[in-house]
Amino acid sequence: MLFDKFKEMAGFQAELTERDIKPFGAVTEKFLSPTEGIVGGRKVILAGTNNYLGLAYDQRCIDAAQRAAQDWGTGTTGSRLANGSFVEHELLEQELADFYGVGHAISFTTGYSATMGMCATIAGPGDVILLDSDSHASIYAGVQLSGAEIIRFKHSNPDDLAKRLRRLGDRVSNTLIVVEGIYSMLGDTAPLQEFAEVKREYGGYLMVDEAHSLGVLGATGRGAAEATGVEADVDFIAGTYSKSLGSTGGYCVSQHAMLDIIRYCIRAYIFTASASPSTVASTRKALEIMRQEPELRAKLWSNANKLYSSLQDMGLSVGPTPSPVVAVELGDREQAILCWNALMDAGVYVNLVIPPASPSTNFLLRCSVSAAHTEEQINHIINAYAALLKNGAISVRAE
Amino acid sequence: MADSKQYLEFMYGALAELNKQGLELSETTDMIADMGLSSLEVMEFIEQIEDEYDISIPLNILPDVNTIGQLAQKLQELIE
Repeated sequence: MLFDKFKEMAGFQAELTERDIKPFGAVTEKFLSPTEGIVGGRKVILAGTNNYLGLAYDQRCIDAAQRAAQDWGTGTTGSRLANGSFVEHELLEQELADFYGVGHAISFTTGYSATMGMCATIAGPGDVILLDSDSHASIYAGVQLSGAEIIRFKHSNPDDLAKRLRRLGDRVSNTLIVVEGIYSMLGDTAPLQEFAEVKREYGGYLMVDEAHSLGVLGATGRGAAEATGVEADVDFIAGTYSKSLGSTGGYCVSQHAMLDIIRYCIRAYIFTASASPSTVASTRKALEIMRQEPELRAKLWSNANKLYSSLQDMGLSVGPTPSPVVAVELGDREQAILCWNALMDAGVYVNLVIPPASPSTNFLLRCSVSAAHTEEQINHIINAYAALLKNGAISVRAE
Repeated sequence: MADSKQYLEFMYGALAELNKQGLELSETTDMIADMGLSSLEVMEFIEQIEDEYDISIPLNILPDVNTIGQLAQKLQELIE
């Protein structure tokens, strides 16, 4: 039967519904502040929003969106190549190119379509894509659509990448390498300096997805490539507006003029409506604020370091390095569900991540810290995890 | 140049640790349906093969591979 493949998921969802636990369907009923809301009737700290700089609820961005809706209407009702290209779309692309110090930029309607669309288009039949094994679902979706030969390399392992590039021989000139800046699940940062060295030795084209590192890493917030000083080695930088810039959409920037031609070949760009005027306007304002207020990044890291080090000091199994993504790994599904629900009861709304969305067979209680979190809220989150530890719901990591 | 028997022998050896049910492995053994390997275990097994023969096995071929024999056949095509 057509629907047989969904039986396992249906059973899992039915079980959660019967227990009145909604880790994947929780609805935010009201925002009280950038970091607090009413979810499922409970007042909670929003600890898994990816709203890294707190700009999703910034009054200046809201004002810009309202003005744009007034001036341009609520939607573009068409794709960029048909009737949906407004001057604001072009201005956003120019501002992104200026921000990155490159000549070329494309803006997409979602972050998913940006990485998926670029991966599906840059490489095609006869080409090769080498991707990190822990790549985001949008990257996997894109490479599958590309028709290229797809080869995985071990997560954040430059030696494995080098080995696989060597095996390609002359085909390396037709090869796209795809990595991310910060990985979304455990918050670890790619060793981009080492990857860039490998690329310099063997060749190929390098794309870095900075979805979780835009506004988070680098002296000006351009991401992991800026932080590691390898921007000149990166051929394509992709990213999203839906995290640090607090709206919806995605982008790709490049030093290659060919990006302006590639634009006309990306199905995920051609055959979808362009971003609404209000979305583009709030994104432009958020980009401006991000550039002008580096103190937001400093506050983000202060909060991130405190949460990460506190959970690590408790003995919890957190990611390998401090990051605004702070995930606690658990080995058992039932334990993860109960802990997620206990955190909700304690007023902390985190993400529950289950395989295969997690990078291993483990389950994750994933926080994403915001610059807008107050010290009191960070302490509240820490205390909620400490309570789980104290009552035996979770245990310290095995050494 | 190895023949498919040599590939099979290597695979049986590499799969021994993952053969928790103690199945008698053959060309028709399905690595997921019969052996119960997780997708992560399959990928680790494939990495062992890649290192042994110094090749990269594209993900594109995996949807057509269920049994040990099918993987040996693909391996032979890739190498030869």
